Amino acid sequence: MSPALELHDLTVSYAKKPVLYGVDVQVPQGALVGIIGPNGAGKSTMIRAIMGLTPISGGWVQIFGETFEKSRHRVGYVPQREQVDWDFPVNVMDVVLMGRYGRLGWLRRVTKEDKKIAEESLDKVGMLPFRNRQIANLSGGQQQRVFLARALAQQSDFYLMDEPFAGVDATTERAIVTLLQDLQSQGKTILVVHHDLTTAKEYFDHLLLLNMRLVAFGKTEDVFTMEQLQKTYGGRLTILSDVAAKVAQGEGMP
Amino acid sequence: MDSPQSAAESKKRFIALLCLLLSSSAAHAERIGDLTETSITEQALRFFSFSDPSLRLALLGCILLGLNCGLLGGFVVVRRMSLVGDTLSHAVLPGIALGFLWNNTKDPLAILIGATLVGGLSMLTVSAITRTTRLKEDAAMGLVLSSFYAVGICLIGMIQRLPSGNKSGIDKFLFGQAAAMNGSDIALMAITAGLTLLFVTFGYRGLLTLSFHRAFGESLGMPMGFLHHAMMLLISFAVVTAMQAVGVVLVSAMLIIPPATACLLTDRMHRVLILSAIIGVATAAFGAFLSFLGSNLPTGPFMVLAGSFVFAMAFLFSPQQGWLTRLWRQKTQKCRIERENTLKAMYHLAERRDFREEGITLLDLAEARREPLEQIRLQADELLRQKLATLTEDGSMLHFTPEGWRKACAVVRNHRLWELYLTNIMQYGADHVHDDAEKIEHVLGEDTVRQLERRLDFPQTDPHGKPIPGAREVHGSSKPKPAGMTGY
Repeated sequence: MSPALELHDLTVSYAKKPVLYGVDVQVPQGALVGIIGPNGAGKSTMIRAIMGLTPISGGWVQIFGETFEKSRHRVGYVPQREQVDWDFPVNVMDVVLMGRYGRLGWLRRVTKEDKKIAEESLDKVGMLPFRNRQIANLSGGQQQRVFLARALAQQSDFYLMDEPFAGVDATTERAIVTLLQDLQSQGKTILVVHHDLTTAKEYFDHLLLLNMRLVAFGKTEDVFTMEQLQKTYGGRLTILSDVAAKVAQGEGMP
Repeated sequence: MDSPQSAAESKKRFIALLCLLLSSSAAHAERIGDLTETSITEQALRFFSFSDPSLRLALLGCILLGLNCGLLGGFVVVRRMSLVGDTLSHAVLPGIALGFLWNNTKDPLAILIGATLVGGLSMLTVSAITRTTRLKEDAAMGLVLSSFYAVGICLIGMIQRLPSGNKSGIDKFLFGQAAAMNGSDIALMAITAGLTLLFVTFGYRGLLTLSFHRAFGESLGMPMGFLHHAMMLLISFAVVTAMQAVGVVLVSAMLIIPPATACLLTDRMHRVLILSAIIGVATAAFGAFLSFLGSNLPTGPFMVLAGSFVFAMAFLFSPQQGWLTRLWRQKTQKCRIERENTLKAMYHLAERRDFREEGITLLDLAEARREPLEQIRLQADELLRQKLATLTEDGSMLHFTPEGWRKACAVVRNHRLWELYLTNIMQYGADHVHDDAEKIEHVLGEDTVRQLERRLDFPQTDPHGKPIPGAREVHGSSKPKPAGMTGY
């Protein structure tokens, strides 16, 4: 069985300044992985780079043994809530149906089947009663659950979630955890960018510790150790970021 | 949907108003057609008979431009790109002049190509500035807009000094004159509008995703970059083809006003687009009509005025977000609360006498509510109007009607249930709950009340020991109260 995700020497730079260095990871299928690291560690960048939303400057990405392009229909995405304008004139159902768009071409219409899938997805996150609600009238937690429902409607095997727990209430947090475990029990693989160290151990069975480079990846009980966490959070990687700054400054030099 | 209706309604009024304004000058004005001295009514009749071919052409052009700009503008506004539309419309002016200079005639295709190229160049300049400097997009756009526009004005000034330029009609691009459009202009316009219609129809899902959440669309593999650039191209087509009728400065208004109005009237994207197209067509046609009535006046300003008027109407009267609508709602709500408070005071007075007495005197009510008698009389009148109470012939005593009694019971029930909820469940002190309940009693819905009752296990009395009116009294399913209480 090929790994759900394989990163080989993945390097990503913004304006010539590297933010991710040579990350090598093989995520087995069916893993529920928390990506942990300090601010600016490149967690969101990694997620975006996997999906080709940020250009990579070195290395490669494979999903289920294929390029992202080939396996994109097996990937679902839950981005950060702040990415969109919540005053946009759509309702909850419109947003969730977007999860089906990847499977519809230019000409095919949204079918009853698509609507059914969207409603089931909303039901799984407890948002079905809100399906005709204008998205401006949702709380932060409800917005997050709408994004989750949209990803569920994609019916993917591999989910990438960018801080789904950020700024949500306790109810939503519990709902999301239940959903994650539910997805995992169906054999799906999930990668979650996570901020809260206190809950990381409880929520995920694998952890990926990241701070511009891969610090550790493995089963939570093996990786969640004082030593590894200190390596991840123990200050900036001074030499690495100094060199990076020099590279960025020296862009005009021969 | 009543919004287009109200738009049409308001437009009628606007026509009447403007006809008045125009009637003084119209007699001296030159007209699109060859007819001289006619009255406003004759001219209007002529307009609606559509017999004048040049008029038909101009009107068709306006309808096409309204449709084209309305549809694309929907996306421009929700994507917060209004300034982009404005920049583009100003920056294409040098392109128009260059297109004209190509072979010294007003060849629409050459003008379209020239304008599109320069428009593209202006957008590239904006992105080059924002990428390589610390300046933000608004500054970059303001800069590009004004400098390109200045170049355009210079070029047009030069063209007008050329022997062939004088009668070229190039000046129509500045202020807009629908009658200046000829058959090939209209044909080009029809083609670009048709392209837009096809693009929006078949690309709707992609455009919706692009507008709402581009990164998600990219993750799905939808051609976001292609859709964005195709849309920018169509916007520049729309702007350039509309420019002769609307004028360079005001053409971006046709991209912004109709969809902005539509956004006030509905909150689903496809409806925004449809409404925006309708408003665009209506205001453009109306601009043409006014221009026809007194054609010394350029078309563009009238279109924009008509659009602004419709927007103002939507701003004031939109069912959801209208300013006056909201004021009205607040006022009716205040009246309702006042009525309910009067009914509640009547209930309390009746309760104090164990519901034995016939009615409630206005004097008692004035004392209970600590208000002057005149005030109480006004409140009594209001209750009479709403058929919630009857007044004895000498005007001194109020009796509940069955409906009034039910409402009074409902308010008192809400109040006492809420007090009980605060004390028993939320652990408030019994002396702290009254003021809160005074507000909440008016907003509790029937569902919430039922939930409260269940939660409190169907209580009989409130924290102060007073009985809570039951659901049966509120819904009047049984004979509610002592027979003597109503005035019947």
